[in-house]
Amino acid sequence: MKLWLAKQRYLIDFTLLALARRKTRNLGLLLVYTVLVFMLASVTLYSHALRQEAARVLAGSPEVIVQRMVAGRHDLIPPGYLEKIGRIRGVQMREARLWGYYYDAVTKANYTFMVPATNAPAAGEIVVGPALERSRGLARNNGISFRSYSGKLHTFVIADVLPQASELVSADLVLMSEESFRAFFDYPAGHYTDIALSVANPLEVRNVALKLAAALPDARPILREEVLRTYASIFDWREGIVLALLSAAILAFGILAWDKASGLSAEEKREIGILKAIGWETGDVIKMKFWEGLLVSLTAFLLGFVAAYVHVFHFAASLFEPVLKGWAVLYPRFQLTPQIDGLQVATLFFFTVVPYAAAVLVPIWKAAITDPDSVMRG
Amino acid sequence: MLFQPAIIALLLASALCVLALAASAPFAVEVIRRWDIRSGSERQLQLERRTYLFSTLLVFVLGLQLAAVLLFVFNAEKMSAMFVGAMCAVGTLNVNAFGFPALNAKIAVFFLAAMWLAINHIDSRARDYPLVRLKYALLLVLAPLLAASAWIELQYFLGLKADVITSCCGSLFSEGSPTLAAEASAMKPLPAMWLFYGASGTTIALAAWHGMGGARRDWLAYALAAASAVAFAATVAGILAFVSLYVYEHPNHHCPFCILKPEYGYQGYLLYLPLFVATAAGLAVGAVQPFARRESLREIVPAFSRNLAAIAANGFALTAVIATAMIWNSRLILLEH
Repeated sequence: MKLWLAKQRYLIDFTLLALARRKTRNLGLLLVYTVLVFMLASVTLYSHALRQEAARVLAGSPEVIVQRMVAGRHDLIPPGYLEKIGRIRGVQMREARLWGYYYDAVTKANYTFMVPATNAPAAGEIVVGPALERSRGLARNNGISFRSYSGKLHTFVIADVLPQASELVSADLVLMSEESFRAFFDYPAGHYTDIALSVANPLEVRNVALKLAAALPDARPILREEVLRTYASIFDWREGIVLALLSAAILAFGILAWDKASGLSAEEKREIGILKAIGWETGDVIKMKFWEGLLVSLTAFLLGFVAAYVHVFHFAASLFEPVLKGWAVLYPRFQLTPQIDGLQVATLFFFTVVPYAAAVLVPIWKAAITDPDSVMRG
Repeated sequence: MLFQPAIIALLLASALCVLALAASAPFAVEVIRRWDIRSGSERQLQLERRTYLFSTLLVFVLGLQLAAVLLFVFNAEKMSAMFVGAMCAVGTLNVNAFGFPALNAKIAVFFLAAMWLAINHIDSRARDYPLVRLKYALLLVLAPLLAASAWIELQYFLGLKADVITSCCGSLFSEGSPTLAAEASAMKPLPAMWLFYGASGTTIALAAWHGMGGARRDWLAYALAAASAVAFAATVAGILAFVSLYVYEHPNHHCPFCILKPEYGYQGYLLYLPLFVATAAGLAVGAVQPFARRESLREIVPAFSRNLAAIAANGFALTAVIATAMIWNSRLILLEH
């Protein structure tokens, strides 16, 4: 064992020196390799962070949301509907919610108007989200007017601005009192937008939804876990598409690696010839080349991964953002939580190191079987 | 659901492996037909040179297979969030009929690959390549198995539909269902413990005896290989029957995959990695033993066999120690005493 270790150490030592002797050639390959790892790692790190962010945001949302459907379209909850649901075992809290969208012609963006369940602002006052504050240049105690869908102008006073920390969910949010909401949208009295149910036991959620569907055939229960699953598969799918597109780059890299590895310079050929003449076996040369590949791969992997980490978590993944995140006028600004996932690293390794290893195998062998006499004579 | 990064990576690896084996099959046939170590002809020289290429290629392919098993389970574990009813890898593997066969095929290919690599290793150490024909004949047997494994894997991934309601480990490993896994988990903890510690202990003892005794006795090597296989099965049964219960601190949760989850600190990998390495080493002892009498391998096989026995003994011991530590740290009282 000790002998084996010592042998590998000498081989690595020799390989490093050999690599250093041909700096420019190897640096070129290393650079391309690093860029490839960087691109792929940016995509995976970024989509993983987005998935986590979505999960974190949805963690606070109600387990079940009930919407009423009329002719297959979302409709208002009429008076008495909440009572019809009655008591369902396992439901901790039922709450009828009021919210809607408002298109603001000034910023050309949609806002979400909402009546909070607790701590609603006083009539005539509103609390706004940070993105809205930025885009309209608002501050506390300023007044702002919105033209309602009925054509009337309503003026509100900004009572507060929501904290930056919650920006991903609250960017376009406007909180107001129930009276203001009903007056602004001409909302019929006693009607609500939808119903939120909270269920304590996650295993019960499905049963609650089944009971709801049986009791109210025109209701559509939406489960939080389904929303979460949809988000996860959307981000996975986007990531997969980008990776599939980048596979052309992987292929190109494989060809480059093949080419680099097979285009041995005369000097390198002589070197291998001399090594074999002084007693190295073909297997030893292959081992040396194996170490060379491994060292280049690991260095490139490490450099590329670190660069991608910096790119995603410090520069907000500016290169891939539009494809992976999606787009909106009032898009929230948010800082992603740095997170590295083992599966992602393992997958990335499969995507980069395996194609490289496959591409350089044959050239390595070709180099290793060189006859000493033919090289030294030539 | 092919556009999952890990699935693309796994399919890429499988495709590479199948391609490489397909490329080496004609060469294998040529070696079997024309290999003649005493000849100095041009063709023989070329064959000898090519063996280097194909040996390296196969080490790469089989090494990749080993990594793919891990990635496969890891991925199944992660994807469980996407299927209704799935809470761990069991649910993901249960989405269609190809899930568990794909995993089993991968594990089988893993062990066969390890045995092939062991034979390849001793052959390349000997001066006259005494096993080269046999090695490539075995490769021709291994190739269709690997292709079949890749095909099952592809079928599994193609059949992954997110709208299927799958069953989770709770229903698969419950005591009422008529599967082999359920039989194992229905085993009472006490007999399962006897089986696990008994099989591990026997294997460790055999490995120690084989290693210390200079690895000269044939029957001991075969006994060690058989004991390794039995110990592998006993350990998996033990994980189902009692180790998992202690880890989850729950008297009815018999899942061998949930211990891989972050909630349980990825403890499962600690348990499975030494187990797989030890089993592979134990099986390899049996695989190389038939050649111990060959002239050129007389020194090589026992030395290699001793190393393998050491790996097997340490691996099984480590598995047993880790399992015991999990039981020790648990607050579950399964056995009154």
